Amino acid sequence: MALDKWIAAFFMVGCLVYSYAAFTYRLLPFERNLPFLPNTLPIALGVIGVILSFLILISPKPKPDADGVVLGSIDFAKFKEYKLGQALALIAAMTLYALALRPVGFVGATVLFLVGTGWILGERKLHIMIPAALLGAGLVWYLVQVALGIYLRPLPAFLT
Amino acid sequence: MLEGIMAGVLTALSLQNLLMVVAGCLLGTFIGMLPGLGPMSIIAIMIPVAIKIGDPSAALILLAGVYYGAIFGGSTSSILINAPGVAGTVATSFDGYPMARQGKAGKALTIAAIASFCGGTVGAILLMGFAPALSSVALLFHSAEYFALMVVGLSAIAAFAGTGKVIKALMMTVVGLIMATVGESALFNAPRFTMGLLDLQTGFSFITLAMALFALPEALYLVLDPKRGATKDSGAIKNLRITKDEAKAMAPVVGRQSIQGFLIGVMPGAGATIASFLGYAVERNIAKGADQDAFGKGSVKGLAAPETANNAACTGSFVPLLTLGIPGSGTTAILLGALIALNVQPGPRLMIDNPSIFWAVIISMYIGNVVLLILNLPLIPYIAKLLTIPRNYLIPFILFFTMIGAYIGQNNATELLILVGLGVFATVLRFADYPLAPLLIGFILGGMLENNFARAVNLTDGISFMVERPMTLALLVIGATLIFLPAYRRRRARALQKGVAQGD
Repeated sequence: MALDKWIAAFFMVGCLVYSYAAFTYRLLPFERNLPFLPNTLPIALGVIGVILSFLILISPKPKPDADGVVLGSIDFAKFKEYKLGQALALIAAMTLYALALRPVGFVGATVLFLVGTGWILGERKLHIMIPAALLGAGLVWYLVQVALGIYLRPLPAFLT
Repeated sequence: MLEGIMAGVLTALSLQNLLMVVAGCLLGTFIGMLPGLGPMSIIAIMIPVAIKIGDPSAALILLAGVYYGAIFGGSTSSILINAPGVAGTVATSFDGYPMARQGKAGKALTIAAIASFCGGTVGAILLMGFAPALSSVALLFHSAEYFALMVVGLSAIAAFAGTGKVIKALMMTVVGLIMATVGESALFNAPRFTMGLLDLQTGFSFITLAMALFALPEALYLVLDPKRGATKDSGAIKNLRITKDEAKAMAPVVGRQSIQGFLIGVMPGAGATIASFLGYAVERNIAKGADQDAFGKGSVKGLAAPETANNAACTGSFVPLLTLGIPGSGTTAILLGALIALNVQPGPRLMIDNPSIFWAVIISMYIGNVVLLILNLPLIPYIAKLLTIPRNYLIPFILFFTMIGAYIGQNNATELLILVGLGVFATVLRFADYPLAPLLIGFILGGMLENNFARAVNLTDGISFMVERPMTLALLVIGATLIFLPAYRRRRARALQKGVAQGD
């Protein structure tokens, strides 16, 4: 089964779960007599979603466009040539960054993230990367915290 | 009126106020480039500064400069790295980013700057002439008409329904609409579909979704396929000027969209986002043949249309603010707060009581547009140069900016996890050839659509309003035409190719 059919199947399951949640949605007492309920649209959307995903599932494979490859399209057949390892490592780095942002502090986590992702991509000139990361992190911190007044904890949690 | 205009010109052209415009435009442009900081947040942040100035016209002029600068700054990030930081610039990235990928980043930015300038300027002129008259028309729009207007806005998805992708585009729109229902329910704002998670009670945030759907997959592709970035490094700064043909193609688009965008902006609640989607959809339908096929692949018209429309709409949103005291958008609501803090009460009396303020604001919009154009055109080569940064540096910073954009909006690290999860999902979706733009369009318009529909149904006790209100009916017919016309045309073109005779 092609990838897009798997996704359609996933959407169908999602829409079924969503429709169930919409059907069993608990209305507030005063909402019950309204002609339009908070779950009216969700029920409609859930049903339409199930129908559409079913249509995608049964529809034949589309013929390629007349003008050949569309700009920006991704060739799934070339998947093995892609640098999947790097991409997965970057996703892992982003997840780590999300988890570390609060405890490690903004500046530290950002510098680590920037240098780390640069390293993953093959950058070995640390004498350029580290100052660049420090500068970037510092500038954004200054802009957001000092100029704009949005709180970003700069230092690790145990220092502040 | 002429007296008022002259007084306004004098106020706006004083040295102090000119400096305010320049400072505001520069500040707005640079902060606006950071995804996550849209015009609304930047203006909110500038309010203390503006109040400290004390003089209401100077303060408003500064804020208007910041406003325009921020809108332009927002379009640069959607053109260069496909990271639309504001809902109003989502449509800009549809054609702006493909252009940048073809090595025409400088040209794309120039087109955006010129289109914005024209939209803003025509908007300011229309505002000057028709503000009082239009304010009464805006009040004729009820929730039923707003609902219909959103449906017309949704028709922009038709642009992404390529061959064999119609059902997929519809599916993605439904997914977007479903995601918009997470958070709080329509009208009474009880928690809905949050799965008990407190973080979801405010719903998915726009900025997280935009970054996850547009910027993140793009950055991941740059990693997956290093050849993808190759076109960028060369010629990013060449081709700055637009050719005569491009100018000719742009001119009618800009003309139409500045008026259409302005009129949509006048409706309280509609605003720049809908204006840009609508502008894109309408121009795509008007364009013929090869022109139409170019939409979404780096079309000059496709970039000029939303850019013109959103700037014109931003100007248009000042009509209800200045003449009725009704803020039509989040940004104008914050401006209303600033005005009241400065002891100016916007409303029907503003033009009579404080004509110099009223006119100074309008004139300063015009000046703000001119200053923005003068400041930004020379800056464009340098902004476009950002793309020539080696990819080992560029990609980490793009990832960092997308994440920080989502983070500072909510100040919540969970948002980052949602961003990464949705980003991976969006990447898989693109592998499977699902168009992502309809999802975002559905999400942006979904909340407004449901609220207005709910209000209209509850007020009229049924859906009869769709046929009983002529304006609603007309808008719905236009929306349906915009959705189904492209598919029909395509089918007919195919039939003609096969040699099937025309009907009559």
